[in-house]
Amino acid sequence: MKTDRVLMAHGSGGLMSQRLIDEIFKTAWNNEIMESMLDGAIFNIKPGRLAMSTDSFVITPLFFPGGDIGKLSICGTVNDLVACGARPLYLSTAFIIEEGLPISDLRQIARSMAQTAREAGVKLVTGDTKVVEKGKADGVFINTTGIGMIPEGIDYRPARIQPEDKVIVTGQVGDHGLAILAQREGLSFNTPALSDCAPLYQLGEIIERYGDAIRCMRDPTRGGLATVLNEIAVQAGLGIQVKATDIPVSAVVQGACDMLGMDPLYMANEGKMVIFASPESAGDICADLRRLPQAEGAAIIGSVSSKPAGMVLIETELGAQRILGMLEGEHVPRIC
Amino acid sequence: MCLGVPGKVIELKENHRAIVDVNGNRAEISVRLTPDVKPGQYVLIHAGFAMEIMDESAAQETMQYLLEVLRYAELQ
Amino acid sequence: MQNYSNVLLNAIKSVTQNISLMEVCGTHTMAIARSGIRELLPSNIKLLSGPGCPVCVTSQGDIDAVIEMVRLNDIILLTFGDMMRVPGTRSSLQEERSRGADIRIVYSPLDALRVARENPEREVVFLGIGFETTTPAVAATLEEAREERLSNFSVFSLHKLVPPALEIIFSDPEIQVDGLICPGHVSAVTGIQPYETLAAKYGKPCVVTGFETVDILEGIFMLVNQLQKSQARAEIQYRRVVRADGNQVALDSINRVFEAVPVRWRGLGMIPYSGLRLRPEYSDMDARLRFNIPELEEIPIKGCACGAVLTGKILPTDCALFGQACTPLKPVGPCMVSHEGSCAAYYRYIPGREGTK
Repeated sequence: MKTDRVLMAHGSGGLMSQRLIDEIFKTAWNNEIMESMLDGAIFNIKPGRLAMSTDSFVITPLFFPGGDIGKLSICGTVNDLVACGARPLYLSTAFIIEEGLPISDLRQIARSMAQTAREAGVKLVTGDTKVVEKGKADGVFINTTGIGMIPEGIDYRPARIQPEDKVIVTGQVGDHGLAILAQREGLSFNTPALSDCAPLYQLGEIIERYGDAIRCMRDPTRGGLATVLNEIAVQAGLGIQVKATDIPVSAVVQGACDMLGMDPLYMANEGKMVIFASPESAGDICADLRRLPQAEGAAIIGSVSSKPAGMVLIETELGAQRILGMLEGEHVPRIC
Repeated sequence: MCLGVPGKVIELKENHRAIVDVNGNRAEISVRLTPDVKPGQYVLIHAGFAMEIMDESAAQETMQYLLEVLRYAELQ
Repeated sequence: MQNYSNVLLNAIKSVTQNISLMEVCGTHTMAIARSGIRELLPSNIKLLSGPGCPVCVTSQGDIDAVIEMVRLNDIILLTFGDMMRVPGTRSSLQEERSRGADIRIVYSPLDALRVARENPEREVVFLGIGFETTTPAVAATLEEAREERLSNFSVFSLHKLVPPALEIIFSDPEIQVDGLICPGHVSAVTGIQPYETLAAKYGKPCVVTGFETVDILEGIFMLVNQLQKSQARAEIQYRRVVRADGNQVALDSINRVFEAVPVRWRGLGMIPYSGLRLRPEYSDMDARLRFNIPELEEIPIKGCACGAVLTGKILPTDCALFGQACTPLKPVGPCMVSHEGSCAAYYRYIPGREGTK
């Protein structure tokens, strides 16, 4: 590459575009499907149920403790597929790059994506790049879309959740949200918290073995654990009760949230799952999950009931119940 | 209106600044309002300032005192 | 700790007297709601919410004035997150930001100072809000700005003082309050003297209380204990933070930079010597003067009963707008906007409330 920054010309489809794709993306993501260089990816799959998921990533900063936007873009879509009960197979990716982004950043992002895809056992098979004028994107925006196969007998949906089912979370919450927040301009604090960004396909494989004892899974990303629980409560038409003291939160995350006036239950996670499972299997599921490094903190945090439908209640340390509601507006640092 | 959190003073710096540790998080705050603070002490932190030097033993004393009150009331 | 909390709770439950306690501080309202204490207290012990939420008691006219300043001038406005969604007559800071105003959230007034240093060619204004807990931080920041001779930094002060509002509460014959749960961090600055005066004048016990669940239980226990013995003293529960003399360094900083003036409180009207304005020596850093902000007229919001809620006269659920026209997603008055507003606390935390989905 002759230039050290992305230029508008890199998006025009000509020689410079080709160079960008060859030197940055193809070098990082070499696989036989990509190699064929067609307008789309062509591959064979066995007959069965497919899952498809798409996600766009606009995070800043692009590089943060525990990962970068590249790693995140693979994990996000892989985990959404895992939550559907699918084994992730192929991913497409589209980049909208801001003019002036250092080429070295783009190279690093592409490498992260390749490494994460390899770890997750997925192939990046097709992609697109566009360049927009300075100021029209935050460095780079990435979309990934993925497909996966759902094995026979796997059916994860809120409608399958029943009263008495248990709620499991696969580890500590709030780390990713805090790691990102600490990088924001205007907050001068350093946190040892790392983004928990990780692909969870191995978790999916463990969970699969439990068949229909697993009702539903979802990853608590934007809006955090509380948001996902509320969404599912409404979609299932059931009530969810959790115990505050059972929800795993690290002392680091709790301390930082106390200082900033924020709540770990609303902070994003990029390497966790919320799992609804039958009461008989919940204990075994947790024990199995804890053997995985990404789920060593797996814990049962609550249960499902028929009432109050559509609501999430949390039991306080005193044993009283209060509503754990949806976030209204932005989750921001406060003094009061 | 008072979100405050305890933190341990790690290091004093110039211009009334200090590095504090809150459960492993490090922040730079101002100790202009608590000029006598020393490293190793705990302070109550609000809006980037140390508001008071904390006295952890006081919590224990209050509990003992109230349990005494209760015991006394029971004896009545 | 679990055991000790239960011991306190049981002791409180054993009291049969009818008792009304007011939690002055909005953070207490929040902490009480989050811990679920209210559900566990017997029905003869009532907790009323007072005017200790600086966001809630900001008059609508003041919010309109800030918005006016932002619209008419090219400034960077730095504010605590709490203020973003508070509704003025027609708009809010959040809306103004979506319309292109440069409004940024900070955690500390020192962050605003840093923005001023980093942007010497821009006018940087910090929205100062809060009671005695936060005011010293803003005062100290102004002193630092003065020492550095920063020429592009100013503060729009909406700061207020708590004791004058307490005087209004206690002297209002309509408000039936037997004791006061006093704000923990405000008192770390002011010390206990304002409450000694109140306790002596009105014969009501006052206990300076912390914010953990066990702190609040201890505070309630101490108040109930005094009432049973017909005592009316000012006590400190939160002794690990609050000294009887308060923080004189902080008080001196406030006094050097600010002076007390009459200001309008939402729900309580004009209270003398209850607001803080920058002293003449700091007038060059007073955003109101720098940008010629006029006093805007207060246009009351129809149906909004924030005033009555703030003074503990009614419960949030008694307001006709609660849960219907006024919800956290589309708030009418600050009691619902602020995380610690009584109405927001009720809406979020009490199961069985009216207007739930």
